[in-house]
Order: sequence, then C-alpha cells, then structure tokens
Amino acid sequence: MLGILRQRAVDGGLSTSFLRKTRSALVSARSYAAGAKEMTVRDALNSAIDEEMSADPKVFVMGEEVGQYQGAYKITKGLLEKYGPERVYDTPITEAGFTGIGVGAAYAGLKPVVEFMTFNFSMQAIDHIINSAAKSNYMSAGQINVPIVFRGPNGAAAGVGAQHSQCYAAWYASVPGLKVLAPYSAEDARGLLKAAIRDPDPVVFLENELLYGESFPISEEALDSSFCLPIGKAKIEREGKDVTITTFSKMVGFALKAAEKLAEDGISAEVINLRSIRPLDRATINASVRKTSRLVTVEEGFPQHGVCAEICASVVEESFSYLDAPVERIAGADVPMPYAANLERLALPQVEDIVRAAKRACYRSK
Amino acid sequence: MALSRLTSRSNTITRPFSAVFSRLISTDTTPITIETSLPFTAHLCDPPSRSVESSSQELLNFFRTMALMRRMEIAADSLYKAKLIRGFCHLYDGQEAVAIGMEAAITKKDAIITAYRDHCIFLGRGGSLHEVFSELMGRQDGCSRGKGGSMHFYKKESSFYGGHGIVGAQVPLGVGIAFAQKYSKEEAVTFAMYGDGAANQGQLFEALNMAALWDLPAILVCENNHYGMGTAEWRAAKSPSYYKRGDYVPGLKVDGMDAFAVKQACKFAKEHALEKGPIILEMDTYRYHGHSMSDPGSTYRTRDEISGVRQERDPIERIKKLVLAHDLATEKELKDMEKEIRKEVDDAIAKAKDCPMPEPSELFTNVYVKGYGTETFGADRKEVKAVFP
Repeated sequence: MLGILRQRAVDGGLSTSFLRKTRSALVSARSYAAGAKEMTVRDALNSAIDEEMSADPKVFVMGEEVGQYQGAYKITKGLLEKYGPERVYDTPITEAGFTGIGVGAAYAGLKPVVEFMTFNFSMQAIDHIINSAAKSNYMSAGQINVPIVFRGPNGAAAGVGAQHSQCYAAWYASVPGLKVLAPYSAEDARGLLKAAIRDPDPVVFLENELLYGESFPISEEALDSSFCLPIGKAKIEREGKDVTITTFSKMVGFALKAAEKLAEDGISAEVINLRSIRPLDRATINASVRKTSRLVTVEEGFPQHGVCAEICASVVEESFSYLDAPVERIAGADVPMPYAANLERLALPQVEDIVRAAKRACYRSK
Repeated sequence: MALSRLTSRSNTITRPFSAVFSRLISTDTTPITIETSLPFTAHLCDPPSRSVESSSQELLNFFRTMALMRRMEIAADSLYKAKLIRGFCHLYDGQEAVAIGMEAAITKKDAIITAYRDHCIFLGRGGSLHEVFSELMGRQDGCSRGKGGSMHFYKKESSFYGGHGIVGAQVPLGVGIAFAQKYSKEEAVTFAMYGDGAANQGQLFEALNMAALWDLPAILVCENNHYGMGTAEWRAAKSPSYYKRGDYVPGLKVDGMDAFAVKQACKFAKEHALEKGPIILEMDTYRYHGHSMSDPGSTYRTRDEISGVRQERDPIERIKKLVLAHDLATEKELKDMEKEIRKEVDDAIAKAKDCPMPEPSELFTNVYVKGYGTETFGADRKEVKAVFP
C-alpha cells in the first residue's frame, strides 16, 4: 500500500485564512506521475458509502438532509437516487430519536450509517452512542453487537462559533466499546469508512468539514471496491529522525507543513497520522519516539484531558528512558471557540505553533 | 462458543416440569372464551372486543407462569436482603399479567424491549430460572454471564433486546428494531415497553414521530404502575392519559391486571402495527414492591392502597378464580402447583449459588466483537494487561 506522499508547494503554505477562502474550491496538488488520480475527501467518502451499500443490502444511511438535499455537505450525494428511500432516510431534526432508532436497527442486525450534521449535535444523542451502543456487547456478554457507524464533520470549521466547533475525539475515544477513527486524506477517508461500515462494533467516524473539498492523490488500490484500511494502525506520513509529531485529521496537513519548515532548519520531523484514535496505535507512536527521542503531539480540540494527553502519558509510561526532552502538546486554546477571525486563529493550532514546539523539543528555541 | 452455552441452558417455561401441571394440561384443549373485566378505552381507533379466545391449556399456563414469576421475584427480594444480589433490583410482582398476556398474543419473532424491570419479561421470552438467579448473583451461568446484572438481561434468539438502565432510551431502540423488521420484511412487530415515568421522555416522542412517518410496526407499551420511582403520575404528567399522548398515534387503555385484556390488546396492536403503523397501549397495572429494593414503596403511597390493589385486582388471584370457575383444577391442585413452583425456585437458587463467579479474564471479554489485537488495561496498566482478540 504505497500512499504517495503529498507535499504542498503552494507559497507560504496553506494558512487558515487561505483555507477559508477556498473552502469549497478544489485545491490541486502537483501530480508526480503522469496520470496519477486525484480525489476529494468528499468524493472519497461518497464512493465508500456507495460501494458498501452496493455490497451489503443491510447497510443504510440515516440523518438530516442526507437524501433529497443530497447531504448538508454533499457527502451522500446521489445515494437517494441510486438506492431509493428504503435505504436512504431523511430524518426530522431529532438526534436522540434517530440515533436510538439507528442503534435499535443495529441490534436487530442492520448496518446503519448515521450522519450527524456536525458532531456538536451528537451530544443530543450521546446517551445512545455510549450507553446503548458502546456498552451493549459487553453487558450482554456478546449477544447484542452493534454494527453501526456514526459519522459527520468534527472540530472547527471556519467562523462558526463556539457551539459548532468542538472536537469530540477525546470524549468518544475514552469509551471502551467504541472505535473512533479520524481520516485525513482521501485514501484515509475511503479505507477507514469502508472498514468502519464493515466493522461489527460501533464506530465514531470523525470527518472534517474543511477537508471535504481538498484533493489528494489516490492509488488504484485505494480506488478498488474491496479496499479497506486496518483499524487501529497509524500511518507514518513522513519519515524523520529528530522529532516525532503525532496528530490526526486536518492537523496532519499542518504537521506536514511544519515538517517542511523544520527541514529548512535542519530538523527532520517524523509525522504520524493517527487515523485511529481508539484503538490508539501506541506501538507505532512509541517506536517512533524511541527513534527520535522527542515528541510533539498535536490536536485541534480542547487541551485538558485530550488525545494529546493520552499520547503523552503513553510515551512517558512506555518510553521514558528514550526521551531527551519533555513531551510537548499543541492543542486548541482552552476557551470556547470565538467568532472574530483573529481570535479564532489564536484559538486553533497553527503551523508556527507546531514548528515552535518541535524546536523547543530539539533545544533549538530562542 | 457462547452460542452452544446459550442453547444448552435455555429452557422454556412450558416444559412440563411440574407433575401436577402436566396432569392437568394433558387432557384438555377445549376453547374457552373469557370476558375482560373492564372495557378498553380507545383513542383514534375502534377498541377490540371484550371477548377473548383462550383455552383451558392457556388458562392453566397463565396461572402457572404468573405464579412462577411471582415466586421468583419474592425470592429475589430475599436474596437481595441477604446481599447475594447487589446494586439495583427492580421487582415486577403485581405486573405479571402484562408479561404473560403479551407473550400469549405474539411469537418469538416479535421483539420485546423493556427497561430495568425485566426479570419476568425475560422469563416469558423463554429464559430459565437458573439464568435469572445466576445473573442476579453475578455468576457465570447468568444470561449475560454475570456481566450485566439485574437491569441487563437479554435473549436475542427470542428477540428479547433487554434490559436497559437509562429511562426512556429503550423506546427509540425499540422503534429501531421495528424499523429493522420492516426493512427486512419480517412481518413481525416490536413491543417497546416503558413506564409512566419514562412516558414524559422527549426521545419517546421523537421516536414515535418517526415510527408514524415511516409506518413502522412499533407498539409502545406504557406499563403505568402510577409511580415513577416515588413520584405519582399526577405530579409528573400534565396529562396522565398515556394512551392518548401519542396525539396522532392511536392508543388503547387496558386493564393491565387482567391477563386476558392484555392478550387481546396485544393481539389487536400487532394486527394494527403490521397494517397501519405505530400504536400505544397503556397497561393500567401496579407494582407491590417499591421502585427498587432500596425503596420501601410506602413513603409515597399508603399501605392501604397497596393491600387494596392486592385484594381487588391481583392478577394471579383473578386467573385462579377463572381456573376454579371453569373447573380446570381444584384449590388443592393449585396449592400443590404453587408448592412445586416454590421448590422449583428454591432449587434454581441453590443451583445458582453453587455456580462460580466469572473468571477474571472475563473482565476483558466482549468489549468488542473484533479487537484487532489491541491492548487493554486493568487498573494498574503495568500489572494487568490483555489483548483483544
């Protein structure tokens, strides 16, 4: 499985404001090989759902505006036309109700793909995700398994304010019984969503609105309808030897840009795309830190009790004697998301934050 | 592995265990028609007839099974006080007619989901006393291998989906099961049971709306025992006419202490749900115990009220009178049956007490179906680790 490493060559890198301006436009990267295919994350997700629905009649889609509206973010575009209203259900705006219905359908053997328009709204249904879905296989000693996928955009978008910008990775990933995935590239999106839909356990699938329109190179293998990525395995997006940077979702792009900047200063950063928040690939993370001796862990969400905290703990527990510097965390600011553009920028990790932390870890800061 | 254990353990109640019982039922299959004590009250539908078709076999079975359920719950009370059952224990004695009447009207392809007062529903779905007592005492042979407890009984092969601790959550789940039944064209229905306390939950109305929009074969059964924990219905609901709360969804109010009324209502509801979509059944019933074993049940209601219901409306007494009236057994035979039931329950408890607790390794089983070889940890992660298969 050779993912082609994506290197941004746009001047100055993609700042958040640039991303905001071009949110819905395709940003094409340079092709390396003649005829290398590209795919947006949106198309990757759409094709994944389409293929899984085609392969298994038990798979159905449910959520607000997923059918006639073609999906609030067009992820489910064309599915209603192709599969009909018996397989694509537009729900009323009642998350607790339709999530419970989805979990109940999974109890009875169907394979629902439940969309939350954003994961902020999943809080209205969180009891069903945790108490009805995650714990059922355990409480029933294996009688009732729940092959459901909860998917939708997670984390900050652009200018949507405090109630629409939270990252839920840490909350859901703390729950035994759930699996939590966070794709970055189009290949991630396809492979992980297909794996999630086939998985017999409840999966929380955290997408990112700002990534939907981004294009990535995609291999022939990844385009095949049987393509699947393993759950619980991180991907080393960029190899390096001086510092390990771990992250997921949109921050992978930022980390890769940071790695470029660090390379100019002679620091070779290894960038790990977690892909799977639960199960967390502690083995890959620790193996990398044992190689580089330094860790910078990055996430978009709130810092306290976050995914980064778990990774830091894991590294300190497993690889303490390999560390040459304290572990570093770059996370969202410890505040509700503000609206004003400058404050929003301050509330989210930027490339320069990742660079600075990596330099600190390498004892190269001012 | 789990499947073979389940099939070897499962045990239907109608297995002629009791000598008296098998003698009584072996002879007679003549049909009997029973009139319900009270008429049905209907909302947006025509109520079914008060004449219920039954048979002597069914009548005797009702008596036996309800007496078994009653005895089981009383025994659980003692076990809880002896600290062999821990945590929560919500007893169903008084409400047996709902469980038994429902079973008589449906098949094991029809699904039932309920809240935490689930011991008797589990028994009605084919669970055994051994599975019940083992689970209550947290032993390996429990229906959830000791990992669920009183509130988490399941029997998937009989379409019993639990056993839920979060008030009201089971209603959308039940509508989801009905969704799956319609999706898979199963010609079966789901009974989603809840109490008068849960009847005010928002998610219930969310699920009912979707059930009505999509014509799902969902039957919402409100077991109105008039108290949501310690809060009387009139203090919790502006409109305690739970059978009408579906608004655009038809409903039926049923005497929940009359097993035949329950049977008739469930039969009616099943036909309705298969053809026309959701319906609400309100079962007017009563629990003799408090909400749970930590609730004496007498601080918010009078002892006179409790004994009054027991005297006037007890569901087992009602069936007993019918059995005697139809000459299906003598008083002595019924007393002998009750003695045999008592012994059956005592034997099951003794056997469950002998059953071992789960192996420590069971701490880590069934978290996932597919664990991908990932690590999991005990309290001290450097001491206790396991790998999910």
